[in-house]
Formats: sequence, structure tokens, C-alpha cells
Amino acid sequence: MYTQALDSAGAAEPQGDVEEAARLERFQARIDRDEKIEPKDWMPEDYRQALIRQIAQHAHSEVVGMLPEGNWITRAPSLRRKVVLIAKVQDEGGHGMYLYSAAETLGVSRAALIEQLLAGRAKYSSIFNYPTLTWADIGAIGWLVDGAAIMNQIPLCRCSYGPYARAMVRICKEESFHQRQGYELMLTLVRGSAAQRTMAQEALNRWWWPSLMMFGPSDAHSVHTAQSLRWKIKRFSNDELRQKFIDVTVPQAQYLGLTVPDPQLCWDEPAQHFRAGPIDWSEFQAVLAGDGPCNRERLAARREAHEAGRWVREAAAAYAEKHRTARPRPAAEEGGT
Amino acid sequence: MTEDWLLYEVFIRSRSGLEHKHVGSVHAADARMAIEHARDTYTRRLEGVSIWVVRSSEIVASDPEEAEALFEPARDKIYRHPTFYAIPEEVKNL
Repeated sequence: MYTQALDSAGAAEPQGDVEEAARLERFQARIDRDEKIEPKDWMPEDYRQALIRQIAQHAHSEVVGMLPEGNWITRAPSLRRKVVLIAKVQDEGGHGMYLYSAAETLGVSRAALIEQLLAGRAKYSSIFNYPTLTWADIGAIGWLVDGAAIMNQIPLCRCSYGPYARAMVRICKEESFHQRQGYELMLTLVRGSAAQRTMAQEALNRWWWPSLMMFGPSDAHSVHTAQSLRWKIKRFSNDELRQKFIDVTVPQAQYLGLTVPDPQLCWDEPAQHFRAGPIDWSEFQAVLAGDGPCNRERLAARREAHEAGRWVREAAAAYAEKHRTARPRPAAEEGGT
Repeated sequence: MTEDWLLYEVFIRSRSGLEHKHVGSVHAADARMAIEHARDTYTRRLEGVSIWVVRSSEIVASDPEEAEALFEPARDKIYRHPTFYAIPEEVKNL
């Protein structure tokens, strides 16, 4: 979108505390009226930074998310599964692009964001630091990881920041195919041989808890939730979304004839909810801190791709430069058509 | 740090008969590459039949701070709308 072209109006220094307070109040009032905030509108610096942090993390997650699945493209068991997987991985790359584009409207450059990712200074969803050991993991990722992502992302379509909300609408439209192809893959496995059913069960065992952790720390320990809710960047708390995910996903596992790997999981009849056992947050923290099974591998793969593509970027830039200088635009073209 | 390629705004005509609509942006070394990146990024599911790209730096936008000065004067000119005029019911085709 168009931040780089914009002047700095709206970012002017406040005249003093009184005026700053009044601006903040007007800003919050706009949010409370469900008005969308657009790139050139005045916004508090904290709001801008919170959005950059969240959108960048989200973009990085989409880009790194291509790796665990891309790993299986050459080994997909049929041509149909292969074209589906390629399309899905390409979508994830596209989602990353929509989101970087939205982040750029807040005044941060894409190069700076990618630099942060490659330097290991940016966060991305910890789920992508788990390995994809068998073909069933590709089904489990589509069904569970994309399922959890959809649960998180649908409320973001109503986020107060216009460019982010619009990117999310586009993403959510595309995610549904991701989840359905994953579930269909699992369905095919459980209808297959005993070995295939075991493979499906083991994939569920591996991905269930990391999927629940995708919603982030529980509300009591979430640093950013309260402010994000006030600004309508988020619409529901981590725990609310996690509960929704559990409620819709357990029956799907039951239909597959698979067992959710949680001995304490039970149906709470009065509340009409499935109740999950406690989550092992120490694992989440370890993966987040860089000690997950694949943290180093993922970043190494990103860096390698970035470096390997360097000559292409440089050649394209040189080619464009050559043509810009060789063929000055004819004067007639300036008049418009 | 590697410099970003130029930023282009992308406009897509979803089907013939409709106007081009802003959908987002792409980086590209030149205009042709911007069209190709826009195709890959924004039209993977038949979302468009035509693409415009324009250098983001070429867009001149109004300032939100002057929104009142620009748009407020239209607010009290309700006589510009057909419903401002009372016409008897028995008069047809007006």
C-alpha cells in the first residue's frame, strides 16, 4: 500500500501533554465507534509499534511456514497431492506478501523486516519449529495448524487497522482450502491400512499440543492482550480462541476415529464445552526461546534461500537500471492518455 | 542491508465491466516485473482480468487532517439529492 509515498503529516510532534491526551481520547473514541484507522491517520506511537510487531510476526510465520510443508513436495504420494501441496505452499508465500505489504503502510521497510527475520531477531509462530516426520504430518498441519490459524484470523478481519483487516479477509478466504485438504488427507489415511491409521494417530499426537499453544500464553500471562483488545487489534483473548478451537476440533478427531492425546480431556455438559488438561508451557517457552527441534534449521534454510537468490535480485535491478537509462520516457507520454 | 526494489500499488479489474480496484502493493525492479508479481500475489484464483500497477511514489493523496475542509461542504447540500423535492404521488415517471 502506499506509505512510502506519503509525507509525514499526522506524525507531527504533539504540542504538549494536554493536546496529546486529547488526541489519544479522540483516537480511542474512533476505535470505540468501530471506525477503521487508515495509514495516513494520526495514531499513537504504541498502536503503530504494536501493529508492526504483530503484522511482522504474522508475515514471518507465513514465510517460515512454507518450510515444513515444502519439505514434502517431492515426496507427495500422488500428482493430485503434489499440485495441492504446491498450491498451498504458494498461498503461504502470498499471505506473507500481503502482510509485509500491510506492515509497510506503517512506515517500516520490507527489507528491514526481512533483515530482522534472517538475523534471528524477529519472532514467528513457534509451531513451524516442529519437524514434519511423516506424510501424515502434512494432513495434521492442514487440519490442525491451519484450523487454529483460521480461528485466530477470522476475528482479525475486523481489526481496527484497515490494511491489516483487508489482508486478513483475503487470507481467510484462502485458508479454508488449506484446512479442508488436510482433513481430507487424514480421512484418506484412516480409511487405509492399519499402518496408515497408526501414522495418522501419531501425527495427531505430535501436533495436538503445539496447535493448542499456537493461541499464545494463557490470558493471565499474556503481556499484550488487554491493550490489544482495547485498540481492537485483537477481538478475543487467547484462551477464548483456544477453547473455540478445542470445541470444534475434538468432534472432527472423533469422526476420524482418532484419539486426542489428552487423558484429561472431557465433555463439560453444563457449560457445553470440552475441557482440556493443562498445557506444558515450559515446552512453549523453550521453543520460543530458540530451542525447538527445528529453530536453527528453519532460519538456516531462510538465509540460504535469501543468499542464493541474491544474484537474481541484483541482475533484475541491473537490467531495470540499464533500461531506465537507455530509454528515457518520451515527452508525449508525460501528458497522460 | 539489501535495498528494497521499487514499491508499486496494484489495482485489479475483477471482471470486464467493473473498475480497477486497489488491492495492495508489490516490490519490483521495473513495471513489467511488478505486473508479474501482482499476478502471482493477487490473482491466484481468477480474481482479475486486468492489472494496473503504479509507482507508489507517484500517488498524491489527500491529508486526513483536511478531510473536514474537503468533504464537510457537501454535507448541507441535500438539495443535490432527488429526495429533497416533494412531488405529488399522482405524478408518475419523475
